[in-house]
Amino acid sequence: MGQREGVAGLTTHAPQAAQAVTLPTTLDEAVAALAATPAAVPVAGGTDLMAAVNSGQLRPAALVGLGRISEIRGWQYQDGHALLGAGLTHARMGRPDFAALIPALAASARAAGPPQIRNAGTLGGNIASAAPTGDALPVLAALEATLIIAGPGGARREIPVSHLLAGMEMLRAGELIGFVRVPLLHAPQVFLKATGRTGPGRSMASVALVLDPARRGVRCAVGAIAPLPLRPLDAEQWVARLIDWDNNRAIVPEALNAFGEYVAVACIPDPGPAEDGSVAQHPPAVLHLRRTVAALARRALGRALS
Amino acid sequence: MSNEAATATTAAEAAPAPEPIPHGLGVALPAADARAKTEGTFPYAADLWAEGLLWAAVLRSPHAHARIVSIDTSHAREMPGVRAVVTHEDVPGSPRCGRGKPDRPVFASEVVRHHGEPIAAVAADHPDTARMAAAAVIVEYEVLDPVTDPEQAFEAEPLHPDGNLIRHIPLSHGDPGAAGEIVVEGQYRIGRQDPAPIGAEAGLAVPRPDGGVELYLASTDPHADRDTAAACYGLPPEQVKIVVTGVPGATADREDQGFQVPLGLLALQTGCPVKLTATREESFLGHTHRHPTLLRYRHHADAEGKLVKVEAQILLDAGAYADTSSDALAAAVAFACGPYVVPNAFIEGWAVRTNNPPSGHVRGEGAMQVCAAYEAQMDKLAKKLGIDPAELRLRNVMATGDVLPTGQTVTCPAPVAELLQAVRDFPLPPLPKDTPEDEWLLPGGPEGAGEPGAVRRGVGYGLGMVHMLGAEGADEVSTATVKVQDGVATVLCAAVETGQGFTTLARQIVQETLGIDEVHVAPVDTDQPTAGAGCRGRHTWVSGGAVERAAKMVRTQLLQPLAHKFGMSTELLQITDGKITSYDGVLSTTVTEAMDGKELWATAQCRPHPTEPLNESGQGDAFVGMAFCAIRAVVDVDIELGSVRVVELALAQDVGRVLNPAQLSARIEAGVTQGVGIALTENLRTARGLIRHPDLTGYSLPTALDAPDIRIVKLVEERDVVAPFGAKAASAVPVVTSPAAIASAVRAATGRPVNRLPIRPQAAVVTAQ
Repeated sequence: MGQREGVAGLTTHAPQAAQAVTLPTTLDEAVAALAATPAAVPVAGGTDLMAAVNSGQLRPAALVGLGRISEIRGWQYQDGHALLGAGLTHARMGRPDFAALIPALAASARAAGPPQIRNAGTLGGNIASAAPTGDALPVLAALEATLIIAGPGGARREIPVSHLLAGMEMLRAGELIGFVRVPLLHAPQVFLKATGRTGPGRSMASVALVLDPARRGVRCAVGAIAPLPLRPLDAEQWVARLIDWDNNRAIVPEALNAFGEYVAVACIPDPGPAEDGSVAQHPPAVLHLRRTVAALARRALGRALS
Repeated sequence: MSNEAATATTAAEAAPAPEPIPHGLGVALPAADARAKTEGTFPYAADLWAEGLLWAAVLRSPHAHARIVSIDTSHAREMPGVRAVVTHEDVPGSPRCGRGKPDRPVFASEVVRHHGEPIAAVAADHPDTARMAAAAVIVEYEVLDPVTDPEQAFEAEPLHPDGNLIRHIPLSHGDPGAAGEIVVEGQYRIGRQDPAPIGAEAGLAVPRPDGGVELYLASTDPHADRDTAAACYGLPPEQVKIVVTGVPGATADREDQGFQVPLGLLALQTGCPVKLTATREESFLGHTHRHPTLLRYRHHADAEGKLVKVEAQILLDAGAYADTSSDALAAAVAFACGPYVVPNAFIEGWAVRTNNPPSGHVRGEGAMQVCAAYEAQMDKLAKKLGIDPAELRLRNVMATGDVLPTGQTVTCPAPVAELLQAVRDFPLPPLPKDTPEDEWLLPGGPEGAGEPGAVRRGVGYGLGMVHMLGAEGADEVSTATVKVQDGVATVLCAAVETGQGFTTLARQIVQETLGIDEVHVAPVDTDQPTAGAGCRGRHTWVSGGAVERAAKMVRTQLLQPLAHKFGMSTELLQITDGKITSYDGVLSTTVTEAMDGKELWATAQCRPHPTEPLNESGQGDAFVGMAFCAIRAVVDVDIELGSVRVVELALAQDVGRVLNPAQLSARIEAGVTQGVGIALTENLRTARGLIRHPDLTGYSLPTALDAPDIRIVKLVEERDVVAPFGAKAASAVPVVTSPAAIASAVRAATGRPVNRLPIRPQAAVVTAQ
C-alpha cells in the first residue's frame, strides 16, 4: 500500500541551491537588493530568524545578509545625539566605552542572553523582531529614541521607535532600519531585569530609567509585561518634581517606594468593577508581577539617584 | 565474589601504578570516546545515513482527549515524494506497545488520550515533504473534556479499557493507634520535570532481505524495545535487531516508542531505509516525564522529636498510559518516610490515569517526590519543636539493621548519620560582604536586578534514599563476554553506555582482573544476550559484575596451563602490567607469551539476589539495595523579587566504593544540577492537558550560572558486601535529595512554607507585614 512514486523528479521541497543569499556592503546596496527581490528577507544576527528557519516555520526564498555593511556596525555623534548603527551587536554595546555613553543600553545588552546570542544579535534585529521581551526596547522607549529608516533610492526617513513598536508606522517594502538616534544625556541610567533565575533568561519584567538633568526629567519604561514597552508618564512627571535637581538630586526615601507603586499600578491597573459591581482581584501571579515591577522601578530610581 | 574483588583492590591500592596512564579500578581512567564527544565527531543516531533513505514524520494529536471520527490519508498519499503512510490499520502485529505495561496503542485508532499521541506516520523523500504529508492527513476529531486533575481521575469515566487506577498501594506498618505529642501536617505538589535529553530522539530503520528490520536507535533498553517492536510487526524477535547508536543524554527511558515502532513499520512497508530526527517540540510531546505528584503528610513525634508515626497519601499523575508508573509508586510508598526510623507508617499511594502528558521512568522517580515532602515535614517539625533542623534529623536517622515501612530490613551499609554530620560540619561559604561588591553573584544573576539589601541567606538540609536495580521481583540479570587475543581484550555486553560511564568501567574491570591495558568495548546490539535497562545503577552492578566474572574465567583459562606446569594453584600467580609473576618470583612471563597465539573467550552472568513484590499491605523485601545521600544547601533569596540563587550544595554520599573518582564526581554534579532544575525552574506546564511551551526557551534547564558550587564533602566507602566491587549506584540519589535541600534552605531564608516545586518566585517573596 501507499507506495506512490511522485511525478518524476518532483518533490515538494525547494532545492537548497535555489536559495539566493546576497551580501551587500552598503546600506543602499542592501535596500536595492531587497527591492530587486521582494521575497527576500533581511538577516543580521539571525538569532530569531534562523531559529525559525531551523524549526521549519520559515523558508525564505532569498536572504539579504546585513553582516558586511560596515557603516551600520559602529556609531557616530550628531548634535548631542549618538547615531547608533542598527548592526551593532549586543556584545559590542556591552563594552565599557559604549557603557560610558549610554549606560542603560549597555546594561540591557549585557543582560540580553548568553554570550552566543550577544555576539550575534543586533540592536536593529531587537527592534525589528519587536519581541515583548526584547531587552533593548524599554531602554529605547525611555530614551525616546528615533529610527533612521533607509529606503529605495537613498531615501531616509525618521520615525520614533515607539511609533514602530506600536504599529502606528510600519516599515515599507524594501526598507531597512539603518540607525537609531539616541540623545546623550550625560546622567545616570539604569536597566533592571527580573528573570526568575540566575542564568540568562527571558525577561519576566524589566525597567529602564534615565535621568534628563537638562530638562529636569525622569523617563521610565517597563518592558516584557505588555506587547510593547509601557511608559508611566504620570509617575515620571510626579517623581521628577520631588527630586532636588540642584542639590545632588536628593530625594526622600519614601518617594522611591511611592514611585515604585505608582509605576506598578500604572502598568498593571486594578481590574475595573464587573458589571454586577463586584470588585475582582488579580490572580496571585499578576500580583507578583506587579510587586516585581514596583521593586524594579524603586530600585532603578534609587540607583539612578544614588 | 565480592571477597575476591576486595582482595584484588587492596593489592592495587598498596602498589600505586607507576605509569602515567592510569588503569584498573579506583583510578580516573578517562572515557575512550571523550575526545570525539568534545570535538563533535562522535556519531549519534541523528548522524546516521544510508543510501537511498527516506524520511519519516509522525502525526501527533493536537488534543489531549478526543474521539477520532475518521482518518483520511488519501491527500497525504497523493503528495509527490510520499512513499508510505501508516495508521493503526497498518500495524500487522500487536496494536499496543509501551514500557512497563503495554497499554499504549502504536497509533491511536478510536480515541486520543494525550497531547502528542501518534496517529499516523509518513515516509517521504525529504523531511519537509514528510512533515507536510503528515500535516495533510485529515483527522476528524470529536473533542472530549480532558481529565487533567489526578484527583478527578477516580470519579471520571474510564479513559482507557484498563480503567483509571493504575496501581494502589495501601501500606500499613505498625500500630494505627499510635500517636505523638507533636503533629505536623502539610500538602505538597511536585511539578512535571522533563528529562530533556540534550540530543532529541532520532533513529534509522533498515529493512533486511529476510523480511526483518534493523533499528538503529539510542535505546537504553534495547532488548525490551526489540521485543515490543517485533510484537507490533508480528515478527519473531530474531528478525528484528536493534543496534544501539551513540546516546545523546539519558536520565530517563530514552527514545519514545511512539516513533520507534512506526519507523520500522515504514521501512518494512517501503523496503527502504527510513530515518527520523525529532524536533525539540516532538521530543517534548513524545517521551515520558517525571510524575507530577500531590502529597499529603501527617508526622507524629514525641516531645524529643523522635518520630512516632507517619501518615501519608501520595497521588502520582501517570498521564495517559501506565508505562513504569507502578515502579515509581512502589518507590514513592516504600521511601515515603525517608531514611528515618519510623515505627508506625500508614502510606496510601495511587497512580492514576489522566489526559496529561504521560509519565515514566526519570531517575529517582517516586523517591524524589516523597523526599521533597518528608524533608519539608522534618523542617516543620523542627520549627514546631524549636530544635535545629539538622539535630532533629540526626535524632531520627536510620542505620543498617533498621526496618523500612515495607518491613524490609536495611542490610546494606546505611551511614546516614555520618553523611549528615559531614555536611553539617562542613564550613559555610563566605558571605558576599567579605568580597568586593562587583564580584557578588546575586539572585537574578550578573546584570540582574538583585539588590544586596533585599537578599537573605538560608541554609537547609535534605536526606534522601533510592533503591538500586529493579524492584519487586524483576529479574535483574546481565550477561557479558570477555575475549582476549594478541594482548587485546574485548568486552561484549549489551549494557548501553548512556553517559553513566559503563564502557570505561568495563575497561577498568578487565584491566584490573587480567592486567591487560588495551581493552575495547564492543558496540551494543540485540544479537548479544540481554543486559537489561540502563537505570538505577544497574549496569555498574549487574553488567559490571558479569564482566568481572567473565574476565576471571578468562584469567583462569590463561593461568591454568602455567599453574599446572609449575605445580601451583592459579591464585598464587599474579598479573600486573601485562606480566605474569608467581608469588615467589620464580615464574615471570608476559601475558602475550602465555597466550601463545590462542584466543580466549568466556561468558558469564550476574544475577543479584531475588526480591519480592509488595503485598496488599505494602509489605515485602522489594529492593536489592539502597543508596543514601545528605545535602546541605545554601541559598540567597531576593525576598522582594523572589529570585533564588543556590550558592552552594555540600554533599556527602554513600557510594560503597569509588571505582572511578572522576566519573563519580561528574555523575554527582550532574545529578545535583538536575535537582536544581526541579527545585527552581523545570516544570513542563500544561493547560487543559496541552503542553504550553514544548521548547527549551519555555522549559528552563539550569545553565552554568544556575548551577551552584558543588562540594563533595565526603564519600563514605563502606562496601556493600552483596554488590560486585561493593559499589553503589551514584547518579540517582543526588537528584532525589537536592530539590528537598534547596526547598529547605529557601524555607530557612524566607520563613515561607515552600510546599511546591519548582519554587515559584511568588512563593519566595516576603511581603512587609
